[in-house]
Amino acid sequence: MIDVLIIFDLVLALAIIAIAAGVLVLRDAFAMIVCFVVFGLLSALAWVRLAAPDVALAEAAIGTGVTGALLLKTLAHLRGRTLSAPLRMDGPVLANASLCALATLAGIGALLATPIGGPGLEGLVAQNLLASGVEHPVTAVLLNYRAFDTLMEVVVLLVAIIAVWSVERGVTRAPAPVMGEVYAGFARLILPAAVIVGVYLLWVGAIAPGGAFQGGAVLAAIGLILLITRAYTPLPAHRGAARIAFVIGTALFAAVALFVAQGGRATFEYPAAYAKSLILIIEAVVTISIAATLAALFHGREPVAVTVREARA
Amino acid sequence: MNLDATMPDTGVIFGLAGILVFGIGLFGALSLRDSLRRVLALKLCGVGASFILIVAAWRGPGLAADPVPHALVITGIVVMVSATAVALALIRRIHSLENGRDD
Amino acid sequence: MIIFELVAALAIMAGAGFFIAGTVGLVRFPDTFCRLHALTKADGLGLALICLGAALLAGSAGEIARLVLIWLLVALSAATCAHLVARHARADGQAHREDTSQRETRR
Repeated sequence: MIDVLIIFDLVLALAIIAIAAGVLVLRDAFAMIVCFVVFGLLSALAWVRLAAPDVALAEAAIGTGVTGALLLKTLAHLRGRTLSAPLRMDGPVLANASLCALATLAGIGALLATPIGGPGLEGLVAQNLLASGVEHPVTAVLLNYRAFDTLMEVVVLLVAIIAVWSVERGVTRAPAPVMGEVYAGFARLILPAAVIVGVYLLWVGAIAPGGAFQGGAVLAAIGLILLITRAYTPLPAHRGAARIAFVIGTALFAAVALFVAQGGRATFEYPAAYAKSLILIIEAVVTISIAATLAALFHGREPVAVTVREARA
Repeated sequence: MNLDATMPDTGVIFGLAGILVFGIGLFGALSLRDSLRRVLALKLCGVGASFILIVAAWRGPGLAADPVPHALVITGIVVMVSATAVALALIRRIHSLENGRDD
Repeated sequence: MIIFELVAALAIMAGAGFFIAGTVGLVRFPDTFCRLHALTKADGLGLALICLGAALLAGSAGEIARLVLIWLLVALSAATCAHLVARHARADGQAHREDTSQRETRR
């Protein structure tokens, strides 16, 4: 008997593959970005089917939402530039195509030869869940067992904002987009709701899908709305506070690691009695850093002082 | 979990989809000329790799999945958005320099 | 309760039908404004019906509250998005088709 949901999976998988190809072949750059956003949302749906709701939330919020905003902002900056000519099937392209097809076939062979559903690390995670301080296994992995990875991930965000501030210089002189009263009203309604949703996602991460990254992305969306409506304009005087917000997550995370390592414990071996509080404090501060960094990545340029000549221009 | 070879399985379907998406992205990243589209092609590669990790963590309908690959993919998504932001900043900067409005 | 499940299934099926109608409109209608009309009206109703069906099947008050919140937030953002798209299309100078023009809305 064929399960109805298997048909749903097949249709979804075909749609994902077709839309991935569409990202590469659509001529219009705006359509390409919309296609990519749809691709990300359908992937998130597929991951819900594969029992990975945390990853689906992160993909929908960060991999699709924030990335889509970044792409559209870049497209607005490149306005007037025509996309290069469509792919010509000359020698090197055909060679690339055949090599990629070979690699794909090898991957398919490897996937079909691999036993699916073999025992992984879930047994170990479940055994030690009581000692981790949280009840949700993915959060336990992220902030306890593999906390080093998460620390490095926050460092990567920090490096990204340093790189963006170094690459893009000067002041933004792009004309402010006029969004109208309806959008302003929408922003007034949605901002408090977004704050609650972001904090809820952060808090619920201890027991259910959610956590610092998903909550941070929702809070970053508040920053995006404020920047788009020009309710908040980054000024040079705000750079100090912004730098503190970018660094505080990494700093506190590393400080906790060093602090708990004092009493003869390993670096991220939280004392059992304080594990939950420590994880929540780290998550809360890391969320602030993630939200600030993602919003700053969207804004792009470091706000620097405007010279008189530029201000007149 | 015993996998009936004749019946398609959610894990196998999305595993194949992930590998195909990875292949499409790889071809795009190698062959396309337009920088913005190449960034998107690389992102397709990233999502394809995430698919394979999530399929590896899957244990069958109704069963709890392995949380370790899930945590790795969440880390990967955040790293990917950071890399994308830097790549897009470089694209904007190159465009500004090429068009002589280095403001 | 079998009657709840039946009503829920009917609501979800009707909602899916409205979504399909909205998508057909998106593909078939001639200009941006007509497409927005199809998309916002049909999808708004489709979403409301699907949320209603899911709420009938929900196990707890918390789940129902979350479904209502999802419906409210999506309806709000869909309406705003449609407004922004229409505004942009008009500023861009896209014409209505003759038989669908609404001159009184133009300033």
